[in-house]
Amino acid sequence: MRRAVRAGAVSMTAIETENLTKEYRTGFLRKRICVLSGLNLVVRRGEIFGYLGPNGAGKTTTLKLLMGLVRPTSGNAKVLEQPLGDVRAKQQVGFLPEQPYFYDYLTGRELLNFYGQLVRLRRSDRQERIEELAHQLHIESALDLPLRKYSKGMLQRIGLVQALLNDPKVVLLDEPMSGLDPIGRREVRDLLLRLKEEGRTVFFSSHVIPDVEMVCDRVGILVSGRLVAHGPLDEMLEAKVASIEVTVSRFPREMLHELDPLLVRKPLTRGERLLLTVKDEVILADLLARLADQKACVHSIIPQREGLEEYFLRHVQPRAGP
Amino acid sequence: MKTHSVPQFPQLVGESRRANVDRLGSARFEESPQLAGGFFKVWTIALNTFKEAVRDRILYAILIFALVMLAGSAILVTISVSGEGTIIKHLGLACISIFGTLIALFLGIGLVSKEIEKRTVYTIISKPIHRYQFILGKYLGLLLTLLVNIGIMALVLFGLAYLWEGISSPRLLLAVLFIFLELMIVTALVMLFSTFSSPALSAIFTLCLVVAGHLSADLRLFAARFGSAATRLLAEALYFLLPNLSRLNFKDQAVHGLGVNAGIAALSFSYALLYVAALVLAAMTLFQWRDFK
Repeated sequence: MRRAVRAGAVSMTAIETENLTKEYRTGFLRKRICVLSGLNLVVRRGEIFGYLGPNGAGKTTTLKLLMGLVRPTSGNAKVLEQPLGDVRAKQQVGFLPEQPYFYDYLTGRELLNFYGQLVRLRRSDRQERIEELAHQLHIESALDLPLRKYSKGMLQRIGLVQALLNDPKVVLLDEPMSGLDPIGRREVRDLLLRLKEEGRTVFFSSHVIPDVEMVCDRVGILVSGRLVAHGPLDEMLEAKVASIEVTVSRFPREMLHELDPLLVRKPLTRGERLLLTVKDEVILADLLARLADQKACVHSIIPQREGLEEYFLRHVQPRAGP
Repeated sequence: MKTHSVPQFPQLVGESRRANVDRLGSARFEESPQLAGGFFKVWTIALNTFKEAVRDRILYAILIFALVMLAGSAILVTISVSGEGTIIKHLGLACISIFGTLIALFLGIGLVSKEIEKRTVYTIISKPIHRYQFILGKYLGLLLTLLVNIGIMALVLFGLAYLWEGISSPRLLLAVLFIFLELMIVTALVMLFSTFSSPALSAIFTLCLVVAGHLSADLRLFAARFGSAATRLLAEALYFLLPNLSRLNFKDQAVHGLGVNAGIAALSFSYALLYVAALVLAAMTLFQWRDFK
């Protein structure tokens, strides 16, 4: 039953952009710089969407556009079916900016109270909600410290608390794991998964691939302001051909050259054992037949799936040059 | 096959507390009409702006200096020949005007630009709030700060005037009220500049306009007497465009106990409020279209 409910929710869109484009004018001559060009993106309700790209690809600009902090040069977008910057949508959206900075003359509690008032949290529950979220993000003990004494990681945590204060349906997080130590990163990863379990939609940007790979349902890859790929993570990775590594022993060395046409890489020798790499399953069958002919001993057959990292590099590199 | 019974841990305190945030739709919100809700948001921003000012050391530096000057004027009186209360009132009102302007300037130059530069504006504008509400809140917050500070200075002045003359004239209060109106214009001006330029430029622009605003009537008079047609036109245009701050000066009437024409006072009062409304609207419009890069 739970699954049925979720499937219903997934069919709806949380965020939809249509040719979203942003140009900035800089310098004395007001030269145009295109930061984001023609972004078409759909984020479904209830999913975790990872927005990947190298620094300066336009990730932050996209998030700012979605929050109404900057205005699109052309194109359009909707968050929860509302136009950009709409107050009704913002009531149901949580946002964590990149390297968040807050009023440093306030204490953590005062700051969260301030935000709680802005989102009109009911007075009787406000304190409780603040404390509970702070407890979950392990910042409870620092609530009464002034924010100017907060470390980068603590600012990130209090930033996450303020993003969740209004019980948002959609959470937009800009580099939520930056500035955190490995434990903090894992906590944020767990938090993202929990938010999804609670039925919230998570859209977050990152340039750290393992972080994205582990939690995202779908990803989009942005390079120089253009979306070069997007889709479900498994499909994106599985569709790309992997290689298969076979470990063998007792294979006569003089026969090795006969295998050469089958292999994608030169055989590697590790003591007694040989590491043979083939392109796909069809060739693997061929190889195994030949190995059987020679009465060789097969120790392992490991398919090498392409990681997001390789995929990412493959898409980024051709465009990275000047 | 062995069967395990899953150990049932007692619900921890944290678990039961957690129940109220771990679910979509767990938060409860205030239910109020849209207008009241909007005003509440503006007021929240205003109070926070006030809090920022109160925790800023520069405010105390200016206030203490102002109070020392006020007390100093009392000493001047004791060594002056006539020993009248006019000197106290004269210096006192000048003090309130100058130091009020300083507070408006120092706190106003970063009122909006600092929020953008320090990126604190990101998390606020992404809350369910209109941009104009933010501007209105910032403006009211600085006015509240000025009100409190002018109030303190005025109380000291009234006290000194009472000591010397036995009774404080209501004209003194009127003069202070009009100083506050002038500061409302100065604050709106500096906030307007703060929405699109740096603190240093905002300070320079505002100071220029305040000085010009005090002199625009004289300038017009001067041009009418001696200028060519073009100069007269320019002076005329400046006279109507610039804030006519000399209209808001009721200090002489208060100091020398002269009569105040109620009609003129009412007109000046309306003029100041209209001018403020225009400036705040302009700031809202500029802020509405600003990109926070």
